[in-house]
Amino acid sequence: MKTIVQKKLYHVDSRGYYGSFGGAFIPEMLYSKIEELRENYLSIIAEPSFQKEYNDLLHNYVGRPTPLYRANRLSTKYKTNIFLKREDLCHTGAHKVNNTIGQILMAKKLGKKRVVAETGAGQHGVATATVCALMNIECIIYMGEIDIERQAPNVARMKMLGAEVRPATSGSRTLKDATNEAMRHWITNCAGTHYIIGSVVGPHPCPDMVARFQSIISEEIRWQLKVQTGKETPDYVVACVGGGSNAAGAFYHFLDDEDVKLVAVEAAGQGISSGYSAATTVLGKPGVLHGSHTILMQTADGQVMEPSSISAGLDYPGIGPQHAYLFDSGRGTFMSATDDEAIQAAFELTRFEGIIPALESSHALAVLGKLSASEHDNVIVNLSGRGDKDMATYMKYIY
Amino acid sequence: MNRITTLFNGVKRQSQARLLSIYFTAGFPELNETMRILRALQDGGVDMVEIGMPYSDPIADGETIQQSNNKALENGMTVKILFEQLADMRKTITIPILLMGYINPVLQFGVENFCKKCAELGIDGLIIPDLPLDVYLDQYKAIFDAYGILNIFLVTPQTSEKRIRQIDEVSEGFIYTVSSASVTGSKSGISHEMESYFERLNAMQLRNQRLIGFGIKDYKTFQKASDHAAGAIIGSAFIRFLNESKDLEEEIEFFVKSFKNSPETIEA
Repeated sequence: MKTIVQKKLYHVDSRGYYGSFGGAFIPEMLYSKIEELRENYLSIIAEPSFQKEYNDLLHNYVGRPTPLYRANRLSTKYKTNIFLKREDLCHTGAHKVNNTIGQILMAKKLGKKRVVAETGAGQHGVATATVCALMNIECIIYMGEIDIERQAPNVARMKMLGAEVRPATSGSRTLKDATNEAMRHWITNCAGTHYIIGSVVGPHPCPDMVARFQSIISEEIRWQLKVQTGKETPDYVVACVGGGSNAAGAFYHFLDDEDVKLVAVEAAGQGISSGYSAATTVLGKPGVLHGSHTILMQTADGQVMEPSSISAGLDYPGIGPQHAYLFDSGRGTFMSATDDEAIQAAFELTRFEGIIPALESSHALAVLGKLSASEHDNVIVNLSGRGDKDMATYMKYIY
Repeated sequence: MNRITTLFNGVKRQSQARLLSIYFTAGFPELNETMRILRALQDGGVDMVEIGMPYSDPIADGETIQQSNNKALENGMTVKILFEQLADMRKTITIPILLMGYINPVLQFGVENFCKKCAELGIDGLIIPDLPLDVYLDQYKAIFDAYGILNIFLVTPQTSEKRIRQIDEVSEGFIYTVSSASVTGSKSGISHEMESYFERLNAMQLRNQRLIGFGIKDYKTFQKASDHAAGAIIGSAFIRFLNESKDLEEEIEFFVKSFKNSPETIEA
């Protein structure tokens, strides 16, 4: 006799929710814009002409598929089989461009003449400025005043690509405030502007749209792993989580394979209880941030708190609503790595494999010793970005 | 009956009502001025007041109100402290009072606790821009209704006719008409385009009357907006005024009157 088991739905439901997380908590001023996206995004993505152009650009412009590389020396050290998904080899140096390629094609299909985006470390800003240059579309990037100072090379890249970089001078003048400013810009600029959000955050359908554009990561992992090991599914997929776009892409095609352990690594900053941390699932509570019901770091009074991490890309007080649901439902395993552990992991990868990782990705590498993976297990680490942008930080640790 | 409902029921002819509602951020410029500002506004002849609950990430607000929110939070304002400050409000305040703020602090307080507290203190309505209509209807309307708290919805020039009718159906009290695609504190004034949008709303013969907000900053813009609705709402202009005011009581009264009486009358 067959029993019918109610299958859990880890993807977004028809109302825009992941369990109790998600939704679109937006002021009326954004309603028509979000509605336009919600009504059109799935059909546009499904159009053959969209798919053709998207796949063509990913292949010939971004450089996909990115390699799945078995890290032999690292595997020996941790007595398991470690594979690195090399998103660091994407054009512009990180996975962010998978999303911006999809988004700029979406903007074109919707007839938009201008793009606005927020950026923290500048990786999403560079990826957005890149596709805007490619498509000859006006580009405005909001970036926290403090981030502009500490990420000068990326500011220069965006400007060279033709984007206008506007400082976010409100609040703490970092990523969360740049996101607020980009949303305000979107409110004020009517029909012609497309907002390219950089992570799987924001009101529905933004998290789902970004996850779909990043899902190419796990799509490739499946067939690449099959070619290399004969197995389509790994035992672990490990990825860092700020807002969570690289993790969302790396988990996407494994969500329903309950045997695959999905490990999300948050930034513990100077330590979980140090007061300088970005470990949202440990320190946060459910609430509303940037238009979605999710888990966020907040005071007892419901004010959004300032996170802290050595990695600007993980320095965000919330996580995407899908990740909140993976955490809440137990489908995802959430771990964290401190600034020091991430630095150590970055140097380890560099010396063992000759790959300098981004500080964000180093957080994922930092938990390899804590997974208790066996020698037969296959462990995928999503190497979301390369470390060029972080050299100023790494230099401080080279004696 | 709810004071907001009474106020709008009393309006016989829309164009003559010229209701003036003023917003201020609780805890700005000083933590403990809430009651003093409230009394001065009432004494000045304001018809309704919206007390802003400061929030760290007010995405629908422009620079002026953002800065007042930040200052209020620095001053230590919280929802709990605001409720304490308003404990004896109804001993002196007779005009309708609304709280305006973002959904997250309300969620953390607990929506039911929040509404219950509002009812105890004599608060008549809430404006929560990032509480979506569908979530309100599904989860919170029953609670708001049980405590007699009105939830005020916004419409904008981009809101479709179908959605305006849906909002009108659900609304009690009044509908907050956002004058243009902008955040608060817009300096653009009232354009012909805006006036035709206000008239489009008038022609729809809605159940609810409207107040116009966003960009109302002086006598001229207030009067012009009031030609097309039951009245208008001042926010950023009052915050800018508070920032510069030396003697709150006396100057607030003058500020309020400057919207109701033409500049010539005041000078004479």
